[in-house]
Amino acid sequence: MNVDQLVKKFQQKDVKAFEELYVMYSESMHGVIYNIVRDYNIAEEIMQDVFIKIWNKSDSYSPQKGRFFTWILNIARNAAIDKTRSKNFKKSKQNLDASFFVDIIKSNDNLDHKTDAIGIKAFVSKLAEKCKEVIELLYFKGYTQSEASEVLDIPIGTIKTRNRNCIQELRHMVLK
Amino acid sequence: MDINAYITSGILELYVAGSLSEKENAEVYELMQKHPEILKEVLEIEAAVIKLTASTSQRNNDHILQSVKQELGIDRKQTKVVSLTKSKYNWITYTGWAASIALAAGLLWTLNKNKELKSDIQVAETQQSLLETQIEFSKNSLAEANTLISVLRDDNISRIPLAGQGNFPDTYAKVYWDKDANRIFLDAEGLPDPPEGKVYQVWSLTLNPLTPTSLGIIDDFINDSNKIFEIENANKSEAFGITLEPTGGSATPTMEQLYTLGIVESS
Repeated sequence: MNVDQLVKKFQQKDVKAFEELYVMYSESMHGVIYNIVRDYNIAEEIMQDVFIKIWNKSDSYSPQKGRFFTWILNIARNAAIDKTRSKNFKKSKQNLDASFFVDIIKSNDNLDHKTDAIGIKAFVSKLAEKCKEVIELLYFKGYTQSEASEVLDIPIGTIKTRNRNCIQELRHMVLK
Repeated sequence: MDINAYITSGILELYVAGSLSEKENAEVYELMQKHPEILKEVLEIEAAVIKLTASTSQRNNDHILQSVKQELGIDRKQTKVVSLTKSKYNWITYTGWAASIALAAGLLWTLNKNKELKSDIQVAETQQSLLETQIEFSKNSLAEANTLISVLRDDNISRIPLAGQGNFPDTYAKVYWDKDANRIFLDAEGLPDPPEGKVYQVWSLTLNPLTPTSLGIIDDFINDSNKIFEIENANKSEAFGITLEPTGGSATPTMEQLYTLGIVESS
């Protein structure tokens, strides 16, 4: 069954389809959320909220609006970013902007048990600084093209081509 | 429309990131339905991004699904078990069932083991092919580096620094001219990435009268990691210059976009 059919069944409240989608995407969502909040307990809390929301709001998704992955990615990123804006969170966390997703991957021992670990680790350690920034902003933080262009102070067209080149490189390393 | 140009424009990567407008999203969706190659591209981008983002997760998340299902009241394991009323089966039925269940379990275990081994092999194969790629890559870089060293050591090679011009005082480049082999090596590390739709074009100049001859365009500037380009040059050059031109290059240099220029010292 392909993802589109799975999503359709999920939208009809099929629990099994929901479980399968969870297996496909939960690790990715957890990675994105953790990269934003940098705290396991908080990340777990947000994961629960996100997947409850996805189940409850499944009607509001339609393929015309974008990929299902992109839809839940948006929900996850927004939930995590909302959390970092709350008062309690600000008090407990000070130094969040210091490191990139790349640093988490480099120190992730858990990865060594996975098939594509070498690919990913090799990819991030070779990754040019400009790729790190652009991937961090567009995929992990959910910036629009023009927001990213403003933050990095480079032309909007450059964001597009640079990101294309960076993702090409990633595909080359991890998809064989 | 030019499907290939559309794919290489980078819009699909932004589509997966979720940074396009609602209107653009709908457009991409339409095109995906019509052109399987666009759909394929999107699926591959998505798969790569999922792998990358998943790599920042350091925990097993299975228990979270459990609590989500409990919270939603859709936990299948919680559905009521109806107890059987008064059994009318004798012990033969039970032992028969027990035996077949044990057999089935055994079979499942073997199947599972087999699957595990197969996946281990696959893991090893993937790692091997990755390592092979890396070795190949290193070999190429080494060969490239050796060529460059021999060029740098060669006495017959003239070095011509190109200094930033006009609006681009901070840029610079260097040309190593191997007259015997009719080629130059251009070190363009000091140039910024060209904006979209533009390329750098390299010129050989004679000064009296001032005549530019195009040595060609650098169309792979952004992807080149060491920014050193080997270019043929059989001209009697008296100077070298680099200008920014529209994609495809120009017949004559656009002087307002002259980035760097350097004169060959007569020996």
